[in-house]
Amino acid sequence: MPDLRDLYQQIVLDHNRSPRNFKELPDANCTAEGTNPLCGDEITLYLRVEGDIIADVGFQGSGCAISQASASLMTSAIKGKSKDEAEGLFRAFHAMVTAGPGTKPDTTKLGKLAALSGVRQFPARVKCANLAWHTLHEALSGTGGRVSLE
Amino acid sequence: MTVRRVATQLVTTRSKRDVATVRADFPVLAGSANGKPLVYLDNAATSQKPRAVIDALTQFYSADNANIHRGVHELSQRATLAYEGARGKLQRFLNAADPHEIIFLRGTTEAINLVACSYGRENFRAGDEIILSAMEHHSNIVPWQIICEMTGARIRVIPMTDSGELELDAFRHLLTDRTKLVAVVHVSNALGTINPVKEITALAHEKGVPVLVDGAQAAPHGPIDVQDLDADFYALSGHKMLGPTGIGVLYGKSALLDAMPPYQGGGDMIRSVAFEKTTYAPLPAKFEAGTPHIAGALGLGTAVDYLRGLSWEWIQSHEHDLLVHATETLQEIPGLRIVGTAARKASVVSFVIDGVHAHDIGTILDQEGIAIRTGHHCTQPIMQRLGLSATARASFALYNTHEEVEALAEGVRKVQEVFG
Repeated sequence: MPDLRDLYQQIVLDHNRSPRNFKELPDANCTAEGTNPLCGDEITLYLRVEGDIIADVGFQGSGCAISQASASLMTSAIKGKSKDEAEGLFRAFHAMVTAGPGTKPDTTKLGKLAALSGVRQFPARVKCANLAWHTLHEALSGTGGRVSLE
Repeated sequence: MTVRRVATQLVTTRSKRDVATVRADFPVLAGSANGKPLVYLDNAATSQKPRAVIDALTQFYSADNANIHRGVHELSQRATLAYEGARGKLQRFLNAADPHEIIFLRGTTEAINLVACSYGRENFRAGDEIILSAMEHHSNIVPWQIICEMTGARIRVIPMTDSGELELDAFRHLLTDRTKLVAVVHVSNALGTINPVKEITALAHEKGVPVLVDGAQAAPHGPIDVQDLDADFYALSGHKMLGPTGIGVLYGKSALLDAMPPYQGGGDMIRSVAFEKTTYAPLPAKFEAGTPHIAGALGLGTAVDYLRGLSWEWIQSHEHDLLVHATETLQEIPGLRIVGTAARKASVVSFVIDGVHAHDIGTILDQEGIAIRTGHHCTQPIMQRLGLSATARASFALYNTHEEVEALAEGVRKVQEVFG
């Protein structure tokens, strides 16, 4: 039986109420847009990449608490990291939220991102948590495109 | 608030007893979700099915299954009689003048696509105009856009007020010599608004313009008389009115349907086929190419029998009581706002809560066993018009109870607790 307190942890509610890095970066050199057409969540992600390092990051968008908190937590986690490190976090985060109900995923390397581990108990909400991360993946691997989670 | 309490104590007491009897006919309502008794308030998405409908499907596949209109054998004749019998039931349900005006299709979406493809392709030209309303479901927008792209016709939109009512004065001005069709929803799935369809058809007919009515949300809530409404086309979906999925109806006036080219080609819709020339079957077969959803049609016929057995008077009075109860209870909750406050509404309550996204409301209610719909309800133009990205929607059916309304309100308070 999933517990709502696992999904809506205080840190998640806090990042939803006061999202970090919620801004457009005028000097961004890498951007991508992500949408979740079924529920209407949307996010625009702005990165300033210097060499291999994500020097600054911002996002704008609207959506449910999980999508907004996930975007906010992600931007805090990747600022100052290398592109490879960010991709590594993407893989670890993705594995955590898609581990399925009843599992105990390894969250040791994820820091505050572990606050979203409860999402794995709510399969209908996994896409909400993943939206920002898929958008980041697109921004880093593509030339700045659009992600649509169908 | 324009919805007023009209229920008397007497009606409420009677409803309580009757609704318990009705609920016993719906096996799924005795079930649970997330360990709690199921509170099913997503009826505008799809209704639950009474045992009679479930049994009709089982009975057909267990005892009578055969293809229709073909075999000389006993089973095929039984299947044909049952299928055509269902057509007669739908004719009476809609008060159509003739059973061949009832075309069995997959549902409202296919019915609208049929009219767009067949009537539209034949009659629309560059510069023509199709009038839709601001509160259409995507299924009554996109088929017209597709046909407009092919023909060069364009779409005009009847605006709506903030409360969710169509502006008929604006409609009068939109009707011109360029107008070739009006397509309008009878009851809005997102707002609950009951539109003045009879007035709309009268205005359109003054200009000689035919009207298609999307009746998907109207059919389960009250009597429909296509002749009284003077609708030229009327579309409905079986699954929203206690019937199976995958079956629905297009009603069309004989003269219009007769003049329209076929929508799909195939078996059963022909009189004779040669490589040089094929002649088409008369109505309704002309529009029913291929083996139809025979069991679905029987199931829908049974659903219609069930609805008629309950009496519209009781259904309408009970659902109105639920609407009033839900409206009054929810609007007392601070921070909650009801979206769609038309004077005439079906039992649909859309709402938003300050600081909480609709999907979070949906997840938290789901943990309480309460099923509602969240999102844009396939009506993104309504959301844009009202400046919203999503709403939570509770939609009530004849088997819902006043206790379930209270459970919903309690669930909403829990949502606010979680989001503190």
